[in-house]
Amino acid sequence: MMAVSVSSGTFVLVLAVFLASGVEMVEALTIVLAVGHTRGWRTSLYGVASALGALVVLVALVGPALVRVPLSTLHLVIGFVLLIFGMQWLRKSILRSSNLKAKHDEDEIYRATVAELASSEPRRRLDRIGFVVSFKGVFLEGLEVVIIVITLGSSAHRIGLAALAAGAAVLLVTALGVVVAKQLNRVPENALKMSVGIMLMSYGTYWTGEGLHVRWPGGDVWLLILVGIYLFATWFLVASLRRGEEALAASSSR
Amino acid sequence: MMRLRRSLPFRVAKGFAIFWWDFLVGDTPELFVAALAIVGIIALCRVVWRINVLALVALPVLCVLALALSVRRAQRQLRKE
Repeated sequence: MMAVSVSSGTFVLVLAVFLASGVEMVEALTIVLAVGHTRGWRTSLYGVASALGALVVLVALVGPALVRVPLSTLHLVIGFVLLIFGMQWLRKSILRSSNLKAKHDEDEIYRATVAELASSEPRRRLDRIGFVVSFKGVFLEGLEVVIIVITLGSSAHRIGLAALAAGAAVLLVTALGVVVAKQLNRVPENALKMSVGIMLMSYGTYWTGEGLHVRWPGGDVWLLILVGIYLFATWFLVASLRRGEEALAASSSR
Repeated sequence: MMRLRRSLPFRVAKGFAIFWWDFLVGDTPELFVAALAIVGIIALCRVVWRINVLALVALPVLCVLALALSVRRAQRQLRKE
C-alpha cells in the first residue's frame, strides 16, 4: 500500500489555487455566455481561444525568467502581491457579508453585458465588439489565475500541482457553465471569495515572512495557524460591522 | 506611420502599468500603503534588530490591523453615500 503524505502547505496551496481559479472562471464564463447569446458563439469562442493563446505566450515568456530570481527576493515579491490581493478579496467579502455592499450578482452582470451588446451594431460573422468583450473577459480573469498559479506555485516549488489545481477548476466551471447555462448566481461566490481571501492572505503573510528571513517554528504548519487567525479576524469584523449597522438602523428608526 | 510604430510599445507599456496599478492599488490605496509599511516594520524587526519572535507576532497582527482599518474606512465611505 502506498503511503501518501500531504503537508498542510500543499493542502492550502491546492485549495487556494482551485477556489481562486474557480471564482475567476465564473466571472469569465458569465461574459463568454453573454457574448455567445447576443453576438454569436463563433465570435465568443474566437475571443476565448485568442485570450487563452495570449495567456500561454505570456506564461512562456514570464515562467523561465522566474527561475533566475533569487529565492528570498521571489518570496518577498510574491508574498507582497499575495498579501495585497488577499486583503482586497477579504475586505470585499467582509463588506458583502455584513450587508454594507451588494452581493456579487452574476445574473445582473449577465443582463448588463447582454443589454450593452444588444444595443450596439447588429451581428456579423465575426463581430469585433463581441470578440473584444469575450477576449478581455477571459484574458483579464485568466491573467489573475496565471498570477495566482505562478506566485503560489513557484514559492512552494509546486508550479505543476498549482497548474493542475487551476486546470481542474477551469474544467469544472466550464462543465458547470454548460449544464447550468446562465444560472451562475447559484455559485456561492462570496463564501468562496472569503475562503480564498483568507488563504491568499495566509500565504502572503508566510512568504513575506520567508522573504524577510522570519523563521516560522514548525515550518508550513504555520500556514494553518495563519488561516485560523484570519478566519477569526474575519468573523469578528463581520460580526462587529453587522452589530454597528443594526445599532445605526435602530437609532434612526426611533 | 512613424507615430503608429512609436505608439504601439507605448500603449503596451501603458496597458501593463495600468493593469498592475489596478491590480495592486485600485480602489484600496490604503491596503497598498499598509502592506509597504508592514514589510518595512518586519524588515526592521528581523534584519536590523534581529528579533524573530517580534516579527513572527507582529506580521499577522499588523495584517489584521490593516484589514480592519480598510474595512472601517469603507464603512464610513458607504454610509456617506
